[in-house]
Amino acid sequence: MPATAVGRDARARRADQGGGDYARRVPAASPSPGSDPAGEPPPAGGAWPDARLHVVTGKGGTGKTTVAAALALALARGGRRVLLCEVEDRQGIARLFDTGPLPYTERKVAVAPGGRGDVYALAVEPRAALMEYLEIFYKLGRAGRVLEKIGAVDFATTIAPGLRDVLLTGKVYEAVKRRERGAPVFDAVVLDAPPTGRITRFLNVNSEVAGIAKVGPVRNQADSIMEVLRSPRTVVHLVTLLEEMPVQETIDAVAELADVGLPVGAVVVNQVHDEVLARGALQAAGRGGLDPDEVRTGLKAARVGRGGEPPATLVDALLTEASQHSERVALQRRERSELAELERPMVELPLLPAGVDLGGLYELAEQMCAQGLA
Amino acid sequence: MSPARGNGTGRGNGAGRGRTGRTESSAPPLDVDSLIDDPGTRIVVCCGSGGVGKTTTAAALAVRAAERGRRVVVLTIDPARRLAQAMGLSELDNTPRPVPAVDNASGGSLDAMMLDMKRTFDELVESAAAPEKAEQILANPFYQALSSSFSGTQEYMAMEKLAQLRQDAEAGRQPWDLVVVDTPPSRSALDFLDAPQRLSSFLDGRFIRILLAPAKAGGRAYLRVFSAVAGGVAGLMTRLLGAQVLTDLQTFVAAMDTIFGGFRQRAEATYAMLQAPGTTFLVVAAPDPDSLREASYFVERLEADAMPLRGLVLNRVARSDGGSLSSTRSTSAAEELEENGEHPLTAALLRLHADRMTRVEQDRALARRFRAAHPDVPVATITARATDVHALGELRSIADELAAG
Repeated sequence: MPATAVGRDARARRADQGGGDYARRVPAASPSPGSDPAGEPPPAGGAWPDARLHVVTGKGGTGKTTVAAALALALARGGRRVLLCEVEDRQGIARLFDTGPLPYTERKVAVAPGGRGDVYALAVEPRAALMEYLEIFYKLGRAGRVLEKIGAVDFATTIAPGLRDVLLTGKVYEAVKRRERGAPVFDAVVLDAPPTGRITRFLNVNSEVAGIAKVGPVRNQADSIMEVLRSPRTVVHLVTLLEEMPVQETIDAVAELADVGLPVGAVVVNQVHDEVLARGALQAAGRGGLDPDEVRTGLKAARVGRGGEPPATLVDALLTEASQHSERVALQRRERSELAELERPMVELPLLPAGVDLGGLYELAEQMCAQGLA
Repeated sequence: MSPARGNGTGRGNGAGRGRTGRTESSAPPLDVDSLIDDPGTRIVVCCGSGGVGKTTTAAALAVRAAERGRRVVVLTIDPARRLAQAMGLSELDNTPRPVPAVDNASGGSLDAMMLDMKRTFDELVESAAAPEKAEQILANPFYQALSSSFSGTQEYMAMEKLAQLRQDAEAGRQPWDLVVVDTPPSRSALDFLDAPQRLSSFLDGRFIRILLAPAKAGGRAYLRVFSAVAGGVAGLMTRLLGAQVLTDLQTFVAAMDTIFGGFRQRAEATYAMLQAPGTTFLVVAAPDPDSLREASYFVERLEADAMPLRGLVLNRVARSDGGSLSSTRSTSAAEELEENGEHPLTAALLRLHADRMTRVEQDRALARRFRAAHPDVPVATITARATDVHALGELRSIADELAAG
């Protein structure tokens, strides 16, 4: 798929529909994706109409949690119900949505842009997941608490190879599959997953538990999870910045995921600096070739500086900042062309100078919709 | 990440505890040169949450110390390939290698290495067990999980490697008189301090002891109960995972018990080393609320554990020489030019400057909050750079800034 096709398609599609107002959607029950005849509103998932589980990974510091949260908002648009999960015990979602720490139950944290659609959040915790699992399948009752007391639960969730990840992905899998009155409870599940360095091992639960569970229910559970993860119902998005390290990690992760048959979705480029200068000025700025007199005249016209006389230091500062901007833009372009070679759909999110607050999340969600990610 | 956020976790925010009214001037600047020039400084630990530039800071500091005459080894955890190349090494591995590009006119030197956690753990096993037994352990699936993915292993192995480097230096096997360490990219900066304890208490834990010797536990009534439970657990595990797993687990636990009988003592000795004179901590943070919140926890923790904190390095701080023109004023000037349709270049530069000043103002506010909460902690700042570190010269310039406070 060419790198920008998704964005263009989606923009065109949305323009046809007059703003993408999906009428008459019933919460908790989405029509089966892919079956919409031409002219009907598009199903959830943008470029991935069949996807029910969106896994979001990225190098530490690239804004993976922010992107996952914005994606959940975007997917919830038009009256859908979306679950946003985190698995690393960081309470990053609670912080973004300005709520208290999330308990081990789904809790509504936000309303979709436009007012229709809900985002629920859940912090998946391995010990609680294990207790729940044992309770459902083995009806342990008080014996479960004894297991916890002697440290068996701790043991199982920290050291038994892969068990922790089976428990975490298993809970997410359960949310994807959960149905009520004949319809899925969640139209989509977004997983704020571990960083790129660990994502393949985390998702490849099957081979992870191979060391300890060759047969038995844990093995079967891992097999069922794997089946969903490898199907078109799942898509793994990678978040990166236009910087060397994150781009390199993204390229490595795409190869690793593909190797084990996990479906790679979009590359989400976060915190892109706008190219403020016109091409010619950008090149000149990089060479230190901008005309200080022109800038000084401009500043005078804008009445900057005491007595209408802009200080020379300010002119120099603006020129320095322009030159740094051109360096940054050059870096961005280099890294962007590296990413383009992956031939994955690319979505670009702007750097928000004032930082990401709740309003910023909605802004990013809008961008995602406009570029066809959701 | 706006500064207005960051108090939603319930863990509290350091700046909100009432010590207001103090400003930048309260703490002395961080004097890095007197720290690295002091021959009594033997270990510098750079810690902080993930993605704040700990590795680069550690490398810059190590280069500066070496060029000022110290014989330095720097232990990095997960360096960018570029950083290794910047130091003139094609790659970094578990063995310290000399960095040739460092200026040794003052009699100093620099060796650099990267922690290979699995290799370090394997070597620990190989040094503690007979070859045949070691091989058996290395092949055990539980050992493999422990050595490659247990959440505290990397931190523990970083500590272990640090202890080894110090021992090599003290025994005269290596010329080093200063070890600079980077810490693992944990989700929380505190993991580094807690991991050894977690690992050792885990291996010394009750469940392991029960698995190890269910028969021995027969004497006391409550232990009998646990023993029965352990039997139940064993049964459950067999049902859940298959029979082989229990054999593997018992082999693993027995082996760990003989080899790491003194795991806890070992962890405690390493911890004590961090409290000993000669060790110093630098907390590295980026100017965002999450990272500074972690830095605050770390500062408080170091104080509580009597560990010597030297100061905070605030990395990637936005800076402008045109500070006289605020973000708001710059935006309105740009708007004025745009409305009149004149001076498009200047208008664009004013837009750029407005964005820059927004970040500068925000970073300044965050730094002020941290200082208000921790008025005694010296702070040094490093300016945000447009591109990654590619050459030793850039490490030097980062170190220069660090030394300037």
